[in-house]
Amino acid sequence: MKWIDLFTSSVGKKFIMGLTGISLIAFLIVHAGLNACIWANDNGEMFNTAAYFMGHTVVIRIAEIGLFAGILLHIVQGLVLVFQNQRKRTVKYAVPIKDGKSKWYSRSMGLLGTLVLLFLVMHIAHFWVPSRITHTLDEVQLGLKTGENLYARMLDVFQSPLVVILYVLGCISLCYHLMHGFQSAFRTFGVRNDRYLSILTPVGVWFSIIICATFAMMPISMYLGWVN
Amino acid sequence: MNLTLKVWRQKNSSDKGHFETYQVKDISSEMSFLEMFDVLNEQLIKEGKEPIAFDHDCREGICGMCSMYINGRPHGPWHANTTCQLHMRAYKDGDTIVVEPWRANAFPVIKDLVVDRNAFDRIVQAGGFISVNTGNAVDANALPIEKHKADESFAAAACIGCGACVAACKNSSAMLFMSAKVSHLALLPQGDPERKNRVLNMVAQMDKENFGSCTFTQACEAVCPKEIKVTNISRLNGEYLNAAFTEQ
Ligand code: HEM
Ligand code: SF4
Ligand code: FES
Repeated sequence: MKWIDLFTSSVGKKFIMGLTGISLIAFLIVHAGLNACIWANDNGEMFNTAAYFMGHTVVIRIAEIGLFAGILLHIVQGLVLVFQNQRKRTVKYAVPIKDGKSKWYSRSMGLLGTLVLLFLVMHIAHFWVPSRITHTLDEVQLGLKTGENLYARMLDVFQSPLVVILYVLGCISLCYHLMHGFQSAFRTFGVRNDRYLSILTPVGVWFSIIICATFAMMPISMYLGWVN
Repeated sequence: MNLTLKVWRQKNSSDKGHFETYQVKDISSEMSFLEMFDVLNEQLIKEGKEPIAFDHDCREGICGMCSMYINGRPHGPWHANTTCQLHMRAYKDGDTIVVEPWRANAFPVIKDLVVDRNAFDRIVQAGGFISVNTGNAVDANALPIEKHKADESFAAAACIGCGACVAACKNSSAMLFMSAKVSHLALLPQGDPERKNRVLNMVAQMDKENFGSCTFTQACEAVCPKEIKVTNISRLNGEYLNAAFTEQ
């Protein structure tokens, strides 16, 4: 067994998918928690301070590199898996498979992942690029420090109803992706005890709904003027 | 009852194949699905036509030969059942039934509904065995085995290698089959000495045989005639990771 087998064997590839997937989930929790600061309704002070902390802490900037590497690996391995698996049945059935059990979203992880990817490209272009690359955001005074007004950027971006709809659709795709992905990752790691499996699936479903609804409510509450 | 059958006909592995439509009359609800095919084949022979080739052996649900994909489901509509144990009372007069062979590149069609499942044998040859000295069978109680492990191992050993799991899987993955073999042996002390190499070699062979990987849709468990559980796939994954990180 060579280490490269972890990236090329069928079980190894799934392990990498699960590992990167769960890391991305951990990131989502932090991301949702920080962004929830917008609901403090203090004209973005708490949120901008949190964003300043994230952007100016060395450990977090290093973790950011890890996050990008992880998501890249997840996307590349995910697409490789989907295309390889599709090629295993060249002659298709005339009557589509009706197994009576598998969920549509568990069969559509490649499609859902691609929708999430499209969303991510738009999302990174909206916030990460102006903040970290082009530095085109307005400045804001945070106590003694000068930070970027990401809050104002959010308010600005979420004035467009089309953008708000695209964000909500992105969150829905992510929700279904995680409804299957969460429990699938743990099964990939070897979890098989009935006692844990029976809580894993509902925990995964509720986690996906709560985290994605939290994200979806951000553009919605800005568009509707609940925070300003 | 009278039925319309649409059956996949293919002369040999290089033929492209096509569907043929047949009418069968006066089928008894007591007949098995294969007996209904026997009636159809007799009819075809009388008409001077080539009978339909299909795999079967025991006709009592234990050999795993009877591979038919019936109206979108391997082994037909009944739960935990093989094609040979499917009875015509599952259908009513006037029904149309579409019958296809298992579809997977790893299971090439040999003729009509017969597919080549040797890939399964090669996976078992890669590690699905234990090396023991021949001679008298040892006393059954000489090796103590916990009851729940014996039960789980036995449940996994019930796999008859029919390939319905591959046929139902959108990735044509052989993971349910292989996990049944790995679990069956990994749970018993006799399987322990070769435990790590077994799982590494079997997975390597499965990948070589052109099966896909598991994405836990659980379609396989739903159609398995022996109710092999997907938790066996979790065990296989755990066994593989343990072996991958600890084996030299
Ligand atoms: C925030 C973003 C994302 C998160 C949190 C996430 C999470 C996950 C998780 C937990 C899994 C399950 C892994 C397993 O079954 O072992 C998974 C699987 C998968 N993901 Fe993602 N993912 C994300 C984005 C993406 C993107 C952008 C793609 C791009 C195409 C993608 C494609 C896939 C595919 C194809 C699978 C394999 C499905 C399977 O094997 O069951 N994901 N993801
Ligand atoms: S796991 Fe079930 S469906 Fe798959 S080969 Fe064994 S008996 Fe057949
Ligand atoms: S013919 Fe043996 S299981 Fe069906």
